Amino acid sequence: MHFSWHFFTHLLFSPPSSFVKGAITTVYVAVISQTLGVAVGLVLALFRRSKRMSLRTFASGYIWLVRGTPLLVQLVLVYDGLSGLGVYSFPAISVFGISIPSVVQAGILTLSFNEGAYMAEILRAAIDSVDRGQAEAAESLGMRTGQAMRYVVLPQAMRIVIPPLGNEFNNMLKITSLLSVIGLGELFLAAQDYNSATFKTFEIFIVVAIYYIAMTTVWAVIQSAIERRLEARGGEIVEYVPLRRRLFGGGGGGVISVQEMRGVR
Amino acid sequence: MIGVQRTGASGTEAGRAAKSAAVDCVNVHKRFGKLLVLDDVSLTVDRGEVVAMIGPSGSGKTTLLRCMNHLERIDAGELWVNGHLIGYRQTSKGMVEESDAEIARQRQEIGFVFQHFNLFPHLTAIQNVMLAPVRVRRLPREQAEQEGRELLARVGLGEKCDTYPRQLSGGQRQRVAIARALAMKPSLMLFDEPTSALDPEMVGEVLEVMRGLAADGMTMVVVSHEMGFARSVCDRVVMMDAGRIVEIGPPDQVLDKPQEERTKAFLSKVLH
Repeated sequence: MHFSWHFFTHLLFSPPSSFVKGAITTVYVAVISQTLGVAVGLVLALFRRSKRMSLRTFASGYIWLVRGTPLLVQLVLVYDGLSGLGVYSFPAISVFGISIPSVVQAGILTLSFNEGAYMAEILRAAIDSVDRGQAEAAESLGMRTGQAMRYVVLPQAMRIVIPPLGNEFNNMLKITSLLSVIGLGELFLAAQDYNSATFKTFEIFIVVAIYYIAMTTVWAVIQSAIERRLEARGGEIVEYVPLRRRLFGGGGGGVISVQEMRGVR
Repeated sequence: MIGVQRTGASGTEAGRAAKSAAVDCVNVHKRFGKLLVLDDVSLTVDRGEVVAMIGPSGSGKTTLLRCMNHLERIDAGELWVNGHLIGYRQTSKGMVEESDAEIARQRQEIGFVFQHFNLFPHLTAIQNVMLAPVRVRRLPREQAEQEGRELLARVGLGEKCDTYPRQLSGGQRQRVAIARALAMKPSLMLFDEPTSALDPEMVGEVLEVMRGLAADGMTMVVVSHEMGFARSVCDRVVMMDAGRIVEIGPPDQVLDKPQEERTKAFLSKVLH
């Protein structure tokens, strides 16, 4: 057994361009998928609270299907399955002059619609947690239902959504590694390719693990900053998790008020 | 459903009455499941009049108030506010609930003050007051802010414009809520137990603002247990029990010389 420190440190600090490209792909696919996922989730959450039975049924059915099947199965079905059937094979398109390969389209599409189902449940719970009297107050001032939702209920729901949204994005960063299965050149696939040429499996995947942990750590810091900014303004009651606990875990983190938080920190 | 017909005849009749009245309830019925919470209630509130609604909890007074703003639907009867059937329109097939946009338009003329204030916690006092004028009345932001600051000054909170609700006392919050309702320039103000959630020493400041509104000629319907306020400010007192109006009349009559046993029993408990 021999751990090559030289190989390890070299790979960690001056990685081949395929690693760098892979890491960048991981980040941008995760960011776009999460953003679209929130949008899909918001539409589904509003459908679930709609007066129309058909929209409620559609949203519930969608969430049931997507959450009930593995992402890996969905990925293969969407990318390989659809083109295999001759239904749709994601021809390369170009957005703002940048050409997007078919596999990236399929990957982002599947991740977004998968994430949408989970975000829908988070957003619905957040909307429901805003006191009914808030919408009543807005409506009694002459706002339509949609205006009350947009100007009064959603801004309050968003504060509640930030902590679970952070979890979702942390997960999204890591789950992009599944895209290697359909051949999307993100970090994990880059590592696999490199491994098949060098067979330094342990060294390579320790480096990959460090890359992922660097990405999720940066995100944790950003999330903390966002939450602190929200508190500084409204001073709403939010689930506050200090950065230390966010990184290293360790229970608690219940709902406490801002005043209490200031005392604690 | 309930044995009250929504006939065209009563509609026109009520329509005529509504021309002079701010609120006109005609045989209003309301059920929560099997419970009949409003049982054939008829009540007219004239423009400029201040009416107090009293009665034991569960008597239907808050529900009646919420029906006047269509926060609750009615099951039978008619409810006219400012000459409009509130929340419904008459068609050849009977009463149909109005569209979301039309209900919103009707509510602009009706201010509502809640027992628990329901201020928007993510907005400052001035933002609470400005939100509806900017988004609903489409006022320019500067004008809405200027009007908002004047309103907050009028309720004695000129210094608290940029304060968030959680930093205000209960009495201050309720005064912001009143200013917020007034910002839409309503012709009718509905108050749902506006002082019940307050510490005793803060009740006075809220009643003082309401007293000022009444003196300015605002039409007001107030659900309240503040007998002193009812006596000194209100033109009429409505006593409700079990979904019905038991007694109605000037305060000195209803509060001092009640005719009905239920009114006497209720007042003896409230006044000790």
